[in-house]
Order: sequence, then C-alpha cells, then structure tokens
Amino acid sequence: MAQSSVETDIHTSVQAPAEPDFKTRLQSWLPKLVLSPTVAMVLLFVYGFILFTIYVSFTDSRILPFVNAQGATSYDLIGLSNYEKLFRLSHWEIAITNLAIFASLYIIICCAIGLMLAIFLDQKIRGEGVLRPIYLYPMALSFIVTGTAWKWFLDPGIGLENTMHIWGWTSFKFDWIKNGDYAIYTLVMAAVWQSSGFVMAMFLAGLRGIDNEILKAAQMDGASNWQLYRRIIIPQLRPAFLSAFVILAHLAIKSYDLVVALTGGGPGRATELPATFMYSYTFTRNQMGIGAASAVIMLMTVAAIIVPYLYAELREKK
Amino acid sequence: MAVATQDSAVRTGRATRFVLYTVLLVFALFYLLPLFIMLVNSVKPLGEITGGSMIALPQTWTFEPWAKAWSEAQVGVEATGLRPYFWNSIRMVVPAVLISTILGALNGYVLTKWTFRGATVLFGLMLFSCFIPFQIVLIPMARVLGEIGLAGTTTGLVLVHVVYGIGFSTLYFRNYYAAFPTELVRAAQIDGAGFFQIFWRIMLPSSGPIIVVCVIWQFTNIWNDFLFGASFASGSAAPMTVALNNLVQSSTGVKEYNVHFAGAIMAALPTLLVYIVAGRYFVRGLMAGSVKG
Repeated sequence: MAQSSVETDIHTSVQAPAEPDFKTRLQSWLPKLVLSPTVAMVLLFVYGFILFTIYVSFTDSRILPFVNAQGATSYDLIGLSNYEKLFRLSHWEIAITNLAIFASLYIIICCAIGLMLAIFLDQKIRGEGVLRPIYLYPMALSFIVTGTAWKWFLDPGIGLENTMHIWGWTSFKFDWIKNGDYAIYTLVMAAVWQSSGFVMAMFLAGLRGIDNEILKAAQMDGASNWQLYRRIIIPQLRPAFLSAFVILAHLAIKSYDLVVALTGGGPGRATELPATFMYSYTFTRNQMGIGAASAVIMLMTVAAIIVPYLYAELREKK
Repeated sequence: MAVATQDSAVRTGRATRFVLYTVLLVFALFYLLPLFIMLVNSVKPLGEITGGSMIALPQTWTFEPWAKAWSEAQVGVEATGLRPYFWNSIRMVVPAVLISTILGALNGYVLTKWTFRGATVLFGLMLFSCFIPFQIVLIPMARVLGEIGLAGTTTGLVLVHVVYGIGFSTLYFRNYYAAFPTELVRAAQIDGAGFFQIFWRIMLPSSGPIIVVCVIWQFTNIWNDFLFGASFASGSAAPMTVALNNLVQSSTGVKEYNVHFAGAIMAALPTLLVYIVAGRYFVRGLMAGSVKG
C-alpha cells in the first residue's frame, strides 16, 4: 500500500517540476506550520490566560466585564492586597484546612486500598478479569453522577441509616453528610470510591513489571511472603507510588464537581474547598480579584507538585 | 501468615486464599453499590424510596421515572426533561473529540518525526496545560467567549474543550509515535513522499489503537466535564452534567429521588457504555496519561 503510493507520488512530482523551490521550502516549513495552531492556542489560552488571571489578582476588579467598550479600565492596581485579604478570610482558611484534610485522607486511603487490592489480585485470582473492571468503572463516571448517588445514599432520611432502621438496627446513626464536623469525610468516601480502583490499576501494572527471578532468588534464601512484599516488592513500586501521589494530589486540589454534587460546600461551609471558594467569589459574590488570587494559589500548589514530576519524566525519556 | 514458611514463588495457603477472595468480593460489592442503588431506585415509585429501604428491589416496577427524567422533569426554566441537554452534550462532545484527536495526532507526528530545537520545551508546556487547575483560566475565558459572542453556546464549549484537551491528545500520539521506526519515515521521504503523505499512508494506518485510546479518553473527559459547562453554558446550552446537577439540586417541589437516579444513569450511560465496550483502551489511556508523562 505505502509502497505504491510513494511511487505514484514520484511520478506526479516528476510531471510537475514547475516550482520545486517553493515546494521544498513549504515542505520544510510544513511541520512547524501544522504545529503552530496548537502552539498559538496553548500560549494564548493557557499561558496568556494564566498571566491574565495573575494580573486580575493584582486589581480591585469585581465583576466581568471589567473593561468597558472603549477599552478604558474601570479598575485599579492594588498590589498584593487581594492576597492579604484572602489569607485573612476565615472562609479561605476553612477551604484550605478542608483541602488538607481531604487531600491527605484521599491520597492515603486510595493508596492503601489500591495497593491492597493490587497485591490481592496479583495472587493468581480466579475471576480477575471480572473484578478488575468492576474496581475501575467509577473512573469512567462523572463526579456529578457519583455525587448524586452518594448524596442520596448517605442521606439519613432515605439512605443507609433508614435502611438499617428498616432492617431492625434502630439505634444505627449515620448522618455525617448533614453534620458539619463530619461532612468532609463523606467527601473522602465518595472520592476514594471513585479513584481507588485507578490506583489499584497503577499498582497492579507495577507489580506485573517486577522481575520474577529476583523474587524466586529471595525465596530460595528463605524470605517469607511478608518479607518479600515488605523488602522487595513494595520498594520496587516507588515509581507507581510517586505517580499515584502526583495524580491524586492534583485531582484533590482541582476537586470541584464532587463537592457541588455531594454537599454543595455545606452544611454551612463544612465542605468548602479552594475550587468552590474560587467559583463563588468570582462568579456569585462579585469579588473577582480575590477569586483570581485564590486561583493563582491553586495553580502554584499544583505546579509545585506537577512541574518537578513532569521535568523528571521528560528528562528520563531523553 | 508471615511465619508460614513458603519455599517457592509467592504462594498462599487455603485460609489465606479464603481471606483474599472475601476481601476482593467485599470491595467489588462496595464499588457496585452506588450503581446498584441508582438502577434499583430509578425503577421504583417514589413512595417505595421514601417509605422503604434504598437497597431493596422494587415491589412495583415502573419506568415512569425514566420517562419523566428524559422528557418532563423541570430542569431549567421549562419542564423539558434532560433530553435537550443530552443532545447538547452530544453536539459538544463529537466535534470536540474529533478536532482534538486530529490535532493531537498531527502534533504527535511533528514532535516525534519532524522534531526541531525547542520541541521538548513546547511539549513540556503542552503537558503542563493538562494538569492546571482550570480555575486559573475561567475569568479570561469567560471574557473572551463573551467578546467573540460564544458565551452560553455549545460552540464555545467545543472551543474550550479542544483547547484544554489538546495537551492529552498530543501526549498520547507523541508517546505512541516515539516508538514508531523513524527509518520508515526517512525512507519514504527519500522516495519523495511529502509531509502529509507520510502521515496519511504510513503513520495513520498503524495508529488504530492510539486513536481508540485518545477518542475514549477525550470522550469520557469532555462528557463528564462540569466546571466549564457550569461556567460558560449554564442556560439552555448546558451540557448533561450541568442539567443533572440542576435537576438534583432544585429546591422546588417534592424531591423525586427516583427521577434523579434515572437522570444520573442517563448522564452516566454514554461513558459507561464506552467503558464496557472498550474498557481495555480506557485503562490504557488512564495509564498512559499518568504513569508515563
């Protein structure tokens, strides 16, 4: 197929030698030309926009559009005072405290469950082909869908608590989703449900990549299963742990849909996260400068995690 | 368990295996539970949910909630059901997936076979764009969409999803094409084949798997997006996820849980179907997008 097409091409190019100069020049520019729309889009819509948001965070802008039709500005540069205000807001403090609780539990529990399931599945389990897709399917669903399911299931009036009461366990109480002190943990629950299967898949891929010969040799030397995992297998999963951490951490910081669907940030502000904070300050509270400042903080947090990781990965490739 | 001496490969005794299977099955039930709840309660009359157990099978089966969620429920201003929003999502997802995949394939091809100084830096910049918290672009994007008259339209959402989906599609194709023998490309070049001819006749015919991976990934991501939909198209152009959220969160009238569950399944169905049909590729996409940057 490819062979004959190349031949026909030779014929056509022989028949049309009119402007070889232009053609070859075009050919040498073509790759860059093809790449340029993407480069332009990424530079403008990603990096240009990042700079723009940083700029907005230094202004006292309140709502869109902040520039009138003549291009005249209707705002002032106010330096870092949005950031000062931001960190004095108890609302923001709640959001970052919640994020710290949510992210650490989410990462730890996902890794624990993921690792356990991966190790268990790796024991030549019958039905692995059925179990694996079951563990992973939540990853294909929208957080709005899973948020809806969990929201009503955790609702004490109709969900789990009610079911337990009907089953005869009348003293059973599970109203975390309505309780300001515990609602954040329902968020962890739903998020872990969504992502732990994915972590399992990453660990499983890592486990399958480990050289069996090393394990056999260790076993000859009398290592028990426990020692095998503790000393040889789990340390070799370090790259998988690193990837899992990076992915989960950045997902946690970006978490927005799940909060909206599950708790709406409530009760009160009990499940407010930076992402929901940014949205409400920017679009509903008309405090766009502060909203922009919070977005910048979010970006810097993600960058602190992602950039070293990508840098290492890209260098490794070379 | 630790003390039990084993003399060959990681081997497990009968009792251990019983524990293994039990734990694995319990987790399978845990993962299936929300789906089960959605399915079961979407075919129950409302009274059985409020007055009965959520885990019980329906006593009377009814598809009323499905019909209601699809064409009658109060989602926006009018009681249109989720139907128009479902089509909004389709109209958004199809062009966005096609465009971002095509551009990703071309980018991957250039970045591996026609590489130039600074290509890695460019790729790094694209890659980083996959991971940014999109809150950082919401304000300028809202303004730009407003200024070019695309605010609140499906076309605007297509643009947004293409722009922020291109990093991942480029990543997939770049990593895939990196393993493709460059000698083949050079040989074709010597034979006089041009840039697009090589792409069309040599690269594309062997790109089947990665195209599937990329399409599935983009489809799932774009279909499931909520943030952009809620920010830029919350009215009649809202995608399915936004409409579902409006339906569930609406505070007027009786909470029709069964309708909510039916709606949730409708919003989940396209991605779930893709997962069931091509789950292997979905997992591959997940892994390619995370383990190897």
